[in-house]
Amino acid sequence: MSEIRKSWGLHIGVVTLLLALNFILPDYHHGNLARVMVLACYAMGYNMLFGYTGLLSLGHALFFAAGMYGMSLTVQHLGWSAGPAIIVGLASGLAMSLVVGILSLRTAGVAFMIVTLMFAQAGYLAALYFGEYTRGDEGFVIQKAARQIGGIDLSDPMNRYLAALVLFAVCLFITLRVVQTGFGRVLVAIRENEERTRMLGYDVHLHKLLAILLSGTMSAAAGAGYGLLFGYAGATFASVQYSIFPLLWVLLGGAGTVLGPFVGTLFMFYLIDLSSDISTAYMLIAGLTLVLLTLFAPQGLVGELRRRTLRWLP
Amino acid sequence: MELVPYLILGLLEGLVTAAVLSLMALGLSLVFGVMRVVNVAHGEFFMVGAVLAWQIASLFEGHPAWGFLAALLVAPPLTACVAVTANQLVLKRIEYDPERTIVATIGLLYIIQQFTLMTYGPDARPVEAPFNQRLSIPLFEWTERGLSLYWPWGLGTTTYKLAVIMAAVMLLTGIWMLMTRTRFGLLMRATQLDRETAQAFGIPVGRVYGAVFGLGAALAALAGVLIVPIQQAHYLMGHDPLLLSFIVVIIGGLGSLPGTVVAALLIGISDGMISVFFSPTLAKIIATLGVAFVLIFMPQGLFGKRGL
Repeated sequence: MSEIRKSWGLHIGVVTLLLALNFILPDYHHGNLARVMVLACYAMGYNMLFGYTGLLSLGHALFFAAGMYGMSLTVQHLGWSAGPAIIVGLASGLAMSLVVGILSLRTAGVAFMIVTLMFAQAGYLAALYFGEYTRGDEGFVIQKAARQIGGIDLSDPMNRYLAALVLFAVCLFITLRVVQTGFGRVLVAIRENEERTRMLGYDVHLHKLLAILLSGTMSAAAGAGYGLLFGYAGATFASVQYSIFPLLWVLLGGAGTVLGPFVGTLFMFYLIDLSSDISTAYMLIAGLTLVLLTLFAPQGLVGELRRRTLRWLP
Repeated sequence: MELVPYLILGLLEGLVTAAVLSLMALGLSLVFGVMRVVNVAHGEFFMVGAVLAWQIASLFEGHPAWGFLAALLVAPPLTACVAVTANQLVLKRIEYDPERTIVATIGLLYIIQQFTLMTYGPDARPVEAPFNQRLSIPLFEWTERGLSLYWPWGLGTTTYKLAVIMAAVMLLTGIWMLMTRTRFGLLMRATQLDRETAQAFGIPVGRVYGAVFGLGAALAALAGVLIVPIQQAHYLMGHDPLLLSFIVVIIGGLGSLPGTVVAALLIGISDGMISVFFSPTLAKIIATLGVAFVLIFMPQGLFGKRGL
């Protein structure tokens, strides 16, 4: 069996497994898994830029929040229905990543991280500043009546799970497809050696910009999906913490692997879930995990798996 | 009230911010300049300084000056110990790789912050200032009888705030002397210029790194101790100063002491001024976007020679 067929088989298998889990999981874990799948889309968007292109952004919460607010504000204040509002969310994510991409790609390395961090911080403060519409940190609830697409009520747990699964599957297969094409290979080449890629005649700047657009839009899709499925939008999702989370998830699962972001998100979610029973300082776990990861497993869970046994893993 | 008293008030508040900020940013700048480490956990050392100051001051009874003095002497070295330990346990082992140190210091940030939450708790607690007389500031005015003095209502400062400004000036001079006049400063500057050559000349680069990381943390902690009588100690207090010191370091140019001080004055005073006239959130939005654009279009900062 060729490697491409094997990897498609594996990823279709994962999606099928998640579909089957819909019917057997108890309520609590059913809800959790829906949440994890949506957040995993955010992580996959982040992975596209960090894992495959090698650009470490500390400001992805800006894109997540752009999707979330693009969707929820049009629903809340303009009275749009959910379908067109999602398009607005995606468009604002795309526009935001275009602006940030054009500006921040003039820098590299540490400066790139700080510039993205500053843009995201400005976005977060803007969400607080326009508190009249966004209600700041407190956030606002998206009414149940507005959370419908084509007559399907997304606040129902079963529909919510399936919608999350559809979003997850779309992001997963887009990522898988991209890394198999020439475009994805150029991104990896940029990560490994930018100068050499440029010398081979590829437009490095254009490829990086396209990677940011793809990554930002995917993050925005996750943001819009999160707001719609869980019925809440707040400025917390634009804060620095939410820029750090996808980095953590991706590092934990394995940067530059297709399944890594999902595995990392799932692992971290349950780690925090279990530890918050013990202590209120659950971010301590996140901090310890980050330090231990940089020390002992810079490749992440799926990355280690690939290094040791499954070398064909995309 | 007319414009002038507002301006003077903004200027004074801005000078206090600038004093604290320049100490903290200098620590960040030293660590980046010598070790090439972007220390995201720097704000937490500031917070640890403030929290330790409360812990130490609460041990003393009687006149608040004793507790404060003890805090001033004990908290910064203790914080430096924490930093040196972190350097030994984590940063050294990942060989100061730029991207991995950022991730590791983010981890460190959460560990320190949440550990403080678990031990010290979520409350904001004040430390009493050693002295705190109110000073009213007079202004001149032309009346029919010629030049006369008057005291506008609400225009004033406290002796403690003036002392903070003085302390910062003295400490900055001290650091400048340390950098330029001592053997340790020489070793530090040599390591900053060229790590490999310094090592080849027998400079214990590893120990210089540890010392610089500790010194940077101690400076942040000092800033924390100085600010705690004005602003209460809280486990999340490191966040805003961290962002502001990043701004200062970037605008001032990395590793440049005069640049850092000038930028701290610029940011501190403009922060004070803008906050008097606009909402603080808007001031922060303008400042963060300003930094992003400085980095994009002038990566070497306003005074520095090297890019990031």
